Amino acid sequence: MRDYRIIEHPIIDFRRGRKVSFTYNGKIVEAYEGESVLAGLYAAGFRVFATSPQGDRLRGAFCMIGRCSSCLSRVNGIPNTRICIEPVRDGLVVESQNGIPDIPLASGENERVVEEVKEVDVLIVGAGPAGLKAAEVLGARGLRVLVTTDHFRAGGQLVKQTHKFFGDTTYYGGVRGFKIAEKLISNLSKNPNVEISTRTFVYGYFKEGFFGAEKIGERSVNLIVKARYVIVASGASERSLLFENNDLPGIMGAGGAQTLMNEYGVKPGEDALVIGSGNVGLIVAYQLLQAGVRVHGIAEVLREIGGWFVHAAKVRRHGVPIYTGHTIVRAEGKDRVEKAVISQVDRDFKPVPGTEKEFNVDLVLLAVGLQPNYSLLSQMGVLMKYLPEAGGLIPLRTKHMETSFRNVFVAGDLSGIEEATTAFIEGEIAAYTILEREGFADAIEKRGRILDYLWNEYRQSPVVQRSRDAKLKVTVSEEEMERLRR
Amino acid sequence: MGFKETGVLTLQDMVKAGLMPTEERLRKGPVALLECPEQIPCNICVSACPFKAISMDKVYDLPRLDENKCIGCGVCVAKCPGLAIFVIDISKSDKAYITLPYELLPRPSKGARVKLLNREGKVVGEGIVVKTWEYEKTWVVTVEVEKDLWFDVRAIKVEGV
Repeated sequence: MRDYRIIEHPIIDFRRGRKVSFTYNGKIVEAYEGESVLAGLYAAGFRVFATSPQGDRLRGAFCMIGRCSSCLSRVNGIPNTRICIEPVRDGLVVESQNGIPDIPLASGENERVVEEVKEVDVLIVGAGPAGLKAAEVLGARGLRVLVTTDHFRAGGQLVKQTHKFFGDTTYYGGVRGFKIAEKLISNLSKNPNVEISTRTFVYGYFKEGFFGAEKIGERSVNLIVKARYVIVASGASERSLLFENNDLPGIMGAGGAQTLMNEYGVKPGEDALVIGSGNVGLIVAYQLLQAGVRVHGIAEVLREIGGWFVHAAKVRRHGVPIYTGHTIVRAEGKDRVEKAVISQVDRDFKPVPGTEKEFNVDLVLLAVGLQPNYSLLSQMGVLMKYLPEAGGLIPLRTKHMETSFRNVFVAGDLSGIEEATTAFIEGEIAAYTILEREGFADAIEKRGRILDYLWNEYRQSPVVQRSRDAKLKVTVSEEEMERLRR
Repeated sequence: MGFKETGVLTLQDMVKAGLMPTEERLRKGPVALLECPEQIPCNICVSACPFKAISMDKVYDLPRLDENKCIGCGVCVAKCPGLAIFVIDISKSDKAYITLPYELLPRPSKGARVKLLNREGKVVGEGIVVKTWEYEKTWVVTVEVEKDLWFDVRAIKVEGV
């Protein structure tokens, strides 16, 4: 059987763990410790993982970060398990799930759930750039911090960013994203005040300031967290796009492919078409080339390339065409993508008949925007505003990143889609505001300098004008926030 | 069509953005071309240059090269996150030398014959690798090319072994 793992990569040295084996629909599958079940299956050649709820459409991998419902499977008898964030281990019994599952029978697994109460100073939901940076600032001052992530590895999307970061060296400029994650996590692991709890899903807020979290493990725990401050930095999920057969296996989010090839070292396909030429689309196209995937083109619905010129130039000089004024109109294939068709669009973004171009590809990557993961904030009743240019529902906040819920802060993509550098900065701003309230004398001055850099320098760049304007629309004064709270 | 439509920079774009060294400086020997025409919030080249030849007031300014301080060492080529810096040497009579960043496989080696790609990825000739070094997984490769290709060649294709 062919192994789709990448052995040699120009940027990443894949250090694979111990070999483990599990069963998938009764067949033995070998994988390496540190891989997700889905990555292990993908490496072994599986491309279809589930069906639509009605059971009539096949489902491949899509988001790969535990957000969509494309890979819901039965793991050790438990249905609706997202195998993209389920770590492989010996003896796991994985079965594909067709349509809506039966109610799970009371199993030994369920009975082992125990309850644990934990009191901390700060609960940080999300272990990406915003959450980790905030934890670093808070932990350094001795606050007890609990950072949660539903993945089995901390780092969020940093772990799959292979390019050297832009910006200033203060915020890791010049360092590759996955190296930044390694550095932050290693620093935090040395701080006894900070605990990073993986496979921990914060599912809700309860009276008197309690949060409920499901901590999955050999012994699953219903973790009840009492925190004096909360920073929600739960990131964002990829959007899909409406076109014929947009659910064929092989059509996935750009980040889904990044996860496969850069986090797990699994080749997502042989021939790819990328939809969307924002920075995500351009960067993923370049990363595909690095992983040895042929990139047939990038389609962009607007008349101009969406992302930065330097990212576009990187793929253009390796022969990747960018079709501006084009959109995908359909995908074709029996049980996976075999062909994708793009077409020119008119001024109203309607496809122009007779302008179709066909591509024989087994991979179509959608890089058409992200939407914030706001469900926890929504359940808490945090005030939000609908802002399509920032990704959808965005929490209102003060410039100190505090929401309408006192002592609850937001940072990173959840607070409006932007990028990792501003996520680090927003995490810091939230952290310094907490430190100010805890009586640290230098916090106000430090925060002031960071705010000044963010608003009066970094976000003054004309290429980030759009996100600056969007963030301004959801940033309200302290007085206004007080009024809204009443 | 401009570079925002094509993803391809022209000599005029470089001149317009104030990024082009003088002809006199180009003829003198290796010098960095900072092919960074948008005001992106990034100043890595400024801190990268050992000779303090690149400057910027605000993080989003276009980089300014002091062409008299630049010796064309190529450190910025390795460090620029946008892979947007190239060192050009057109001081020799018949050949041009282009130093470019390379992050693909197979890895280039000195003396290898490689395909030369222009800004659109089209093969425009063959060249010889005369120097390679690596920094944090970015290879900095100098290729010898026909002199008239000094502004066209921006990538190489290394044939597999």
